[in-house]
Amino acid sequence: MSENSERRVVSVIVINEASVLSRITDLFSGRGYNITSLTVAPIPESKYSRLTIVTSGSVRVIEQITKQLHKLIPVLRVYEHADMVEKEMAMIKFPASENLSDIQALCEAYNGKIVNAGENTIIAMVADEPKRINNFLKAIKRYNPKEIVKSGAVALER
Amino acid sequence: MQISGAQMVIEAFIAEGVDTVFGYPGGAIMNVYDEIYKQDKFQHILNRHEQASVHAAEGYAKASGKVGVAMITSGPGFTNAVTGLADAYMDSIPLVVVSGQVPMSLIGTDAFQEIDAVGISRSCTKHNYLVTDAKDLPRILKEAFYIARTGRPGPVHVDIPKDVTAQIEEFDYDIELDLETYKPHTKGNPRQIKKAMEAIANAKRPLFYLGGGIINANAAYEVREFVQKTGIPAVETFMARGVLSHDDELLIGMLGMHGSYASNMAMSETDLVIGLGVRFDDRVTGKLSEFAKNAEVIHVDIDPASISKLVNANYPIVGDVKNVVIDMLAQIEKIDSDNYESWRETINNFDELHPLTFYEDSERLKPQWVIKRVGELLGDDANISTDVGQHQMWAGQFYPFTRPRQFVSSSGLGTMGFGFPAAIGVKVATPEKTSINFTGDGSILMNVQELMTAVEKKIPVINIILNNNFLGMVRQWQTLFYDKRHSETDLSVQPDFVKLSEAFGGIGYRVHTKEEFDAALKDAVEKNVVAFIEVIVHRMENVMPMVPSGGSLFNMMLLEKKESK
Repeated sequence: MSENSERRVVSVIVINEASVLSRITDLFSGRGYNITSLTVAPIPESKYSRLTIVTSGSVRVIEQITKQLHKLIPVLRVYEHADMVEKEMAMIKFPASENLSDIQALCEAYNGKIVNAGENTIIAMVADEPKRINNFLKAIKRYNPKEIVKSGAVALER
Repeated sequence: MQISGAQMVIEAFIAEGVDTVFGYPGGAIMNVYDEIYKQDKFQHILNRHEQASVHAAEGYAKASGKVGVAMITSGPGFTNAVTGLADAYMDSIPLVVVSGQVPMSLIGTDAFQEIDAVGISRSCTKHNYLVTDAKDLPRILKEAFYIARTGRPGPVHVDIPKDVTAQIEEFDYDIELDLETYKPHTKGNPRQIKKAMEAIANAKRPLFYLGGGIINANAAYEVREFVQKTGIPAVETFMARGVLSHDDELLIGMLGMHGSYASNMAMSETDLVIGLGVRFDDRVTGKLSEFAKNAEVIHVDIDPASISKLVNANYPIVGDVKNVVIDMLAQIEKIDSDNYESWRETINNFDELHPLTFYEDSERLKPQWVIKRVGELLGDDANISTDVGQHQMWAGQFYPFTRPRQFVSSSGLGTMGFGFPAAIGVKVATPEKTSINFTGDGSILMNVQELMTAVEKKIPVINIILNNNFLGMVRQWQTLFYDKRHSETDLSVQPDFVKLSEAFGGIGYRVHTKEEFDAALKDAVEKNVVAFIEVIVHRMENVMPMVPSGGSLFNMMLLEKKESK
C-alpha cells in the first residue's frame, strides 16, 4: 500500500473474555496492519473492556481495519476517532544526582510531577497528548534518564 | 435434565436437526464417541483422515444448505482438520467442528496430544470456543450453530476438554440467544437500493457480476428473475456456477483468470457493475487498476468488510442478497430492457469472435470433452464436485450447470484433496443425485483413503480422474512462464488406479476412447458403487483463455485457432 499513510486512533469495545485480545492482535498481524500502541482495561461495572489502538495506514486500510474489527464476534463497537481528547502517560527514572527542581519544573510544564524520590533515583510522571509527551522526552534527555516507560494512548471522542 | 458434557453435545446436535456427523475418534473425544454409540438419531460417518471429515462436512453443507458437522480428537486430530477449517472459512461454508482437548488440569503442560487448538483455529474460523465449564456448553453449542449459519456463513470450532465432556450439569437448550455483539445486517438500506436502481436504469452497458453469496443466501431463483426481467447480461464467478442455468441466454459465462473471452471483455467494457454476493477476488479481477475501469459499481454483500475492500463501491448495499434482490424487484418498472439491446449484441459479437471451446485430438481424449460428455449424459441428474487444478477450471468452464448447489469445489483456498471427501458429503446430503467428482492424477492421491469410507458406508461416488500424468496446472504455468522447466510436476510414476479402487472394494475403469468412456460411465452409474474412472487424456492441454497472474482481464492468452472441430 503506497497510498498516503496516516496515524489513526481506534477504540474498540469488546466482551471481556478469554483470548479476546489475541483475536484482535491476530487480526492485525494476519492482515498486515500496524499497531503503534495498544492499551486495554476493563470498563468498570460492565462485562466489557475498552482497547485503544494507535495504528497507521491509508484511508482504505483504516476502513478495512474498522470493518474487520467489527466482524469479530465479541466486538461490540469500534470508534475511528476524528475529534477526540487523547492522552498518554510516561514515567521516567533519573539518577538522584540530577537537578530535582529543574526536572520538577519541566514535568509541570507537561502536566506531570515527581512521584518518587529515593536514595538513588527520582521517578517522574507526565500525562499529556502523545505529541507533547514526545517533546517532553526530548527535553529531558540532558538529565540522563535511566529508564522510560510509556503507557500507549487512550482517547475519548469529544 | 442433568447430563454429561458429552451427552450435551449429542442432545444439541439432535435439537439442531443434525442427521450426519463426519469424524474420527481419539483419546480426548472418547466420552462423546461413547454417547454417539448409544444413540440412533443421527449417523456417524468414519472418514479415514480428519481433513476428509471436514471436507465431507463442507460438501454436505454446500449441497444441502444446512450446517455441516465434523468431530475430531485433540492434537493431530485437530491439526489434520485445520485445512478443512481454512477451506470452509475462505468459501463461507457453515460448519460446526467439535474437537476434543486434553483435560483442563493438563492444558498448558505439553500433555500427550495437546495443542493450542483455539490458538490455531482463530485465524481460520468465523469464531471459536474453548469450553472450560460444562455449564456453558448448551449456550456455546447453540451460539456455534447460530453463528455458523447466519450473516456471512463460516466454520465455528468448539474445543472441549475431556473432563468437561464428563462433567454433569443441567442441560437446557431452549435458551434465548442474546448476542449483543453479533447482529448481522440483513436488510439493505432502502435509499441505497433506490439509488442503485436508478443507476441501473441510466446505465448503457450494465453487467451482473454474480457470486457465491447468492447461493449461500438461497437467492438464485430471485436473481434469475431479476436478470430475466431486466435483460441485463450476467457473468458468474466460479463459486456462482449454477446460479443461472447454462442455457440462460443472458449468461455470458464465467469470468476471471480462466473466464471466457466474452465474460472478461464484458467486464472490461461495462459502465455499471452490479455485484451480488461477490468479493472481487484477485482470480476474478486480474490487475485491479484496470478492472472494470470505466464502470460504476453496485456492491451487495452481507459482509460489510467485503465492500470497498479492493474495488470502491459507488453504491454499497450491506444486506442479505435475497432481501436486497426482492426489494430491487419491487422497483423493476424503472428498468427498460430494450435499452441494453446494443450492449447484448456487442457481447454476442465478443462470444462469436472467441467462443469458449477446445479442439479435439485424434490420438488422445481431451479433458474438456470428458466434462462436456458427462454433462450430456448426466446433466441435471448429477451433482459435481472437483479437486483443484486444470480439471477444476475445465469443470467450471464446460459443465452445463442447471441449478444452485449443483457444484461443490474448493474455490478460495484451492485445496487439492477436497473433491473426493466433499463428493461423499454431497452424496449423503442428496442421495437422489449421482455424485461425480472430477479430479486429477495429482489431487486424487491427496485423500485417496476415502475410498474406504465410501465403500464401507456404500456411498457411490464416481471419481473421474483426468489423467495427464502431470500436476497439470503447475505444469501449465511452467510451460508458459518458466520456459518449460517442468520442475517436479511430471507424475509419470503412478499407481494402477483401477487396482487401487478394487483394493478398497470399489470398481475401476481405465479408458482411452470416447466409446470406452461412455460405457464406463454408464456401467458405473448402473452399478451404483464407488468407482474410479481413469481417463487417459492429452498430456499438454492448457486451460484457455488465461489471464496471466497480475495482468489485466482484457489481456487474455487465447486458444490458438484451428479448423473448427
